[in-house]
Amino acid sequence: MSVIVVSDLRKQYDQKVVVDGLSFTVEEGEIFGILGPNGAGKTTTVECVAGLRKPDGGSISVYGLDPQRDAAKLHHILGMQLQQSEMPDKLRVAEAMELYASFYDDPADWRELMTDVGLKDKADSAFNKLSGGQKQRLSIALALVGSPKVAILDELTTGLDPAARRDTWELVEEVRDRGITVLLVTHFMEEAERLCDRLAIIDGGKIVALDTPTGLVAHVDTEQKVRFRPASALDDTLLTALPEVTSVERHGRQVVVTGTGNLVHAVTSVLVQHQIIAMDLRAEQASLDDAFIALTGRRFDHSAQ
Amino acid sequence: MRALKRLTAVEFKLFLRDPAAFFWTLIFPVALVVIIGSIPSSRKYSPELGARGIDYYTPVVLVMSFALLALFITPGYLVGYREKGILRRLSTTPVGPARVLIAQLVVQMTTAIVTTVLVLGTAGLLWGVKLPSNVGGFLLAFLLSVGTLLAIGLFLASVLSTTKAATSMGSALFFPLMFFAGLYVPRELMPAAVATIGDVTPLGASVLAFNDAAASGSPSLTTLAVLAAYAVVFGVAAARLFRWE
Ligand SMILES: Nc1ncnc2c1ncn2[C@@H]1O[C@H](COP(=O)(O)OP(=O)(O)OP(=O)(O)O)[C@@H](O)[C@H]1O
Ligand SMILES: [Mg+2]
Repeated sequence: MSVIVVSDLRKQYDQKVVVDGLSFTVEEGEIFGILGPNGAGKTTTVECVAGLRKPDGGSISVYGLDPQRDAAKLHHILGMQLQQSEMPDKLRVAEAMELYASFYDDPADWRELMTDVGLKDKADSAFNKLSGGQKQRLSIALALVGSPKVAILDELTTGLDPAARRDTWELVEEVRDRGITVLLVTHFMEEAERLCDRLAIIDGGKIVALDTPTGLVAHVDTEQKVRFRPASALDDTLLTALPEVTSVERHGRQVVVTGTGNLVHAVTSVLVQHQIIAMDLRAEQASLDDAFIALTGRRFDHSAQ
Repeated sequence: MRALKRLTAVEFKLFLRDPAAFFWTLIFPVALVVIIGSIPSSRKYSPELGARGIDYYTPVVLVMSFALLALFITPGYLVGYREKGILRRLSTTPVGPARVLIAQLVVQMTTAIVTTVLVLGTAGLLWGVKLPSNVGGFLLAFLLSVGTLLAIGLFLASVLSTTKAATSMGSALFFPLMFFAGLYVPRELMPAAVATIGDVTPLGASVLAFNDAAASGSPSLTTLAVLAAYAVVFGVAAARLFRWE
């Protein structure tokens, strides 16, 4: 079931068009990602969905509610984590949780939630004494304290160290496991790859691709590289003869094979046939990163024509 | 209602955790009354003032405490909340941001009441300053004075966008306005023209309202009109111009 339906969304600030005809749907219970470079219009899009900004065109429906017209009802079922938002400096974690819980008719157990996000030890800490990661956790907990059906998380891991980022990802997966539909904004590929069921890549206010993370990668026919050090002499022609291989280079004792398709398999098969042991073998697979660059770059080519 | 109660309780706690806020609005005015009254000459009748110094200064200190509250605390908190995105965050909840404003005003009104009780109590107990005999007239002066100043504070919070600007604007208004209220030079010693200008400034009119209430039982119609006009103009402007983000 589609719980968020955005069609032909438009938004401009003064004369500048920032969101230019976006359409997508989010299914119940999935993590839907919006990925894109700075200024692509991600925040504008999700804040229109949350009713914080008024679209200039198109329509949005969240569980059948119009974010502008039915704002009061929407706020009961939608929890929002803003990209930029703080709490009063001296407000303590438990106080913030209890306060926000009091805003809803049927809130989650805020003490339990506080424990779930790992802030139990920090219950009596003031907001300005929390680390960046702890502030983000609080922000997520506050977005969930009203037991929403939909949670919007806008760049929840920006500014976190890698460990804190991983912890936060686990938290988001737990949110999904509660049955909450998540609309996630990010510009970290790794985050999108790990968390999202489906993903829209937007650039310049338009969707340039919409698919599962693996689907996006598969459609991008980028070059791959395999690097290794042969333990015994290796004739380059063995490799260049392969249809998958486009070039073979040597950097000292290291061989770098560039090609497409199932390059790793092709190269390792040849090496095994000739009983050459490959040391320090490393394959660089096409990643979402490559997909992203290829997609946003491709769009750039179009506009240049 | 439950949310408003919680919000108000939280705002009270935050106010009490903000030493600068309650120092300037609660402790400083009381300390000033103690200090002024402990100067022997302030307890002698002064023919120029037509009263003892401490009698003259008690309402001035009271109005000063309201001014500190309304020109610094009100805009400081609200602009800070807007700047930090707290008001915006609240607008994504069923409760919305308006209640935090109400909660703030409740806290500030309560502070003004507590300060008034403490200042008058201290002045009365220590220095024998007469308590207002006409309670109705006094309450009218109190409500108009605090209401006007809070309206000005809300107006500042509406037009200023950074806490830095709010602090500078607070100081830029406080010191000259306190001059007209007679904090530095008693109004009785000001040239007549200056004193007349003072009568139509928000703080000058506030002091006048308290003095009228003490002398004749009720603020004069002119003073009431001046204060009410400020309250309406700034209140309406604030309501029109206030932005949640
Ligand atoms: N309130 C506003 N007024 C004017 N322009 C705005 C406003 N908000 C955003 N913009 C502009 O709209 C464009 C898109 O902004 P938006 O915040 O939606 O981007 P984003 O994809 O979330 O970027 P980021 O990754 O940096 O968060 C930017 O060029 C930004 O400068
Ligand atoms: Mg953004």
